[in-house]
Amino acid sequence: METLLQQIVNGLVVGSVYALVALGYTMVYGILGLINFAHGEVVMIGALTALQTLLILMGVAPDMAPLLKLAIAVLVAMPVCMILGFLMERLAYRRLRGAPRLAPLITAIGMSFLLQTLAMIIWGRNYHTFPQLISTAPMQPIPGVFVTPVQVAIVIVSALVMAGLILLVTKTRLGRAMRATAENHRVAALMGVDTNAIIALTFVIGAGLAAVAGVMFASNYGIAHYAMGFMPGLKAFTAAVLGGIGNLGGAMLGGIVLGLVEAVGAGYIETMTFGFLNSSYQDIFAFVILGIVLIFRPTGLLGERVSDRA
Amino acid sequence: MHTNPASPLLQLDDIKIAYGGIQAVKGVSLELYKGEMVCLIGANGAGKTTTLNAISGTLGVASGSITYDGEDIGAMPTHKRLRKGIALVPEGRGIFTRLTVEENLRMGAYIRNDTAGIEADLERVYTMLPRVKERLAQVAGTLSGGEQQMVAIGRALLSQPKLLLLDEPSMGLAPLVVEKIFEVVQTVKDEGVTILLVEQNANLALEFAQRGYVMESGKLTLTGTGKELLADPKVRAAYLGE
Repeated sequence: METLLQQIVNGLVVGSVYALVALGYTMVYGILGLINFAHGEVVMIGALTALQTLLILMGVAPDMAPLLKLAIAVLVAMPVCMILGFLMERLAYRRLRGAPRLAPLITAIGMSFLLQTLAMIIWGRNYHTFPQLISTAPMQPIPGVFVTPVQVAIVIVSALVMAGLILLVTKTRLGRAMRATAENHRVAALMGVDTNAIIALTFVIGAGLAAVAGVMFASNYGIAHYAMGFMPGLKAFTAAVLGGIGNLGGAMLGGIVLGLVEAVGAGYIETMTFGFLNSSYQDIFAFVILGIVLIFRPTGLLGERVSDRA
Repeated sequence: MHTNPASPLLQLDDIKIAYGGIQAVKGVSLELYKGEMVCLIGANGAGKTTTLNAISGTLGVASGSITYDGEDIGAMPTHKRLRKGIALVPEGRGIFTRLTVEENLRMGAYIRNDTAGIEADLERVYTMLPRVKERLAQVAGTLSGGEQQMVAIGRALLSQPKLLLLDEPSMGLAPLVVEKIFEVVQTVKDEGVTILLVEQNANLALEFAQRGYVMESGKLTLTGTGKELLADPKVRAAYLGE
């Protein structure tokens, strides 16, 4: 029972980070029909930019409050990633707007390699320790179930960011223009919407969320390196598909569900396979889920209408 | 031929449009004067919709010029043309099916910032189209064809157009609904909005419009007042089923 509760806690934490990243995939897919496979690398760039900022801050202002340092690191990582998202769209994907679907997809994969290599050149191939600025001392709200303040912070911040995004998309004039553009670029332009600007903005917002997610991953695991974005990127993509790609609520739900399945699965995989596989094989779950969803419910949990954009 | 001696609001000069390897419009010149309602009739595939799309900017022209209010707008993107006052109600209505009816209408006012004015104009649209008002919170994809057409027209009006382009507003609709829609179009015209109407229903279009152009295989072949065209034996034979 304690194992289960513990894994549910872990699953919620990882799941809310997946959800943040999945939103970036699903927003871009919703508006362009493009799977931006380089999105995971934006997570990585966010984490490493934050790390770099922290290292500089620790050098110039060692006495600064840890939380303030972390906040500054996030506030540097976000605009850096947003500019990166903007440039990706402007320099690569926009030129391929009318091209056959395979061209932007391959470009996205190329972009992913490019960013990883770039990060490797800047930050090297080594794993870097990410400073633990929020306490990782575990608390025990229920005996036997451990929760760290970092984990609590991750869940709260994700929830706030997602609530903000939902408000933006459903309640504002800009959000309405985003939804209109996602449904029909041409008619949105006929309403006076600068659709190119809306598409660029979608990339920028997604990249901003990815930056936050990157700092969360690095804080949670205490590690950052040039290839750290790849696996979370794939999993977040799985989460987006699981929830129904193109659907914001679906991305959030998919992220949480995936995090839970993965964590609970990791807790029991050893028992389930009679000791043959241990918890380091937990990645199996995400991709088994992806397979099952694609076979039995390709539209995802909340998705509809995939056919009209495929 | 035209009564207004002033310079035209819209002037197409020998525009040619090709897409998908087909020359859809092969040199069209026409002009519209302020306050006029002009129709463009012709068979399916004559290039009528293509012409409207070129005026609204969703299609580019290969050659020729489009002058609006004295300005060459041939290279202007669609969203800027709307700000200049050119609104298109596209063929097939172009409703945002996943947005609510109210959100669709508010998209029409996207370029405006005058909150009070927008609310007043929304009310005006509701009085003109009472059936729309009952369905504001409904997702627009669930509306009937006629209701969608009304939303599409109401939405275009919310941008306060000077030139309204209507592409087949009667398509697929029951006669009673068509009548209602043309009443609204007439009201809009009476308020001084210039209208270019594309219709396959030539009889209806020529009855409402002051002037008309007949389009065949990418070219304008005839022009005249609505009455003249209605009486023209060629038009009667080709488009009025006689």
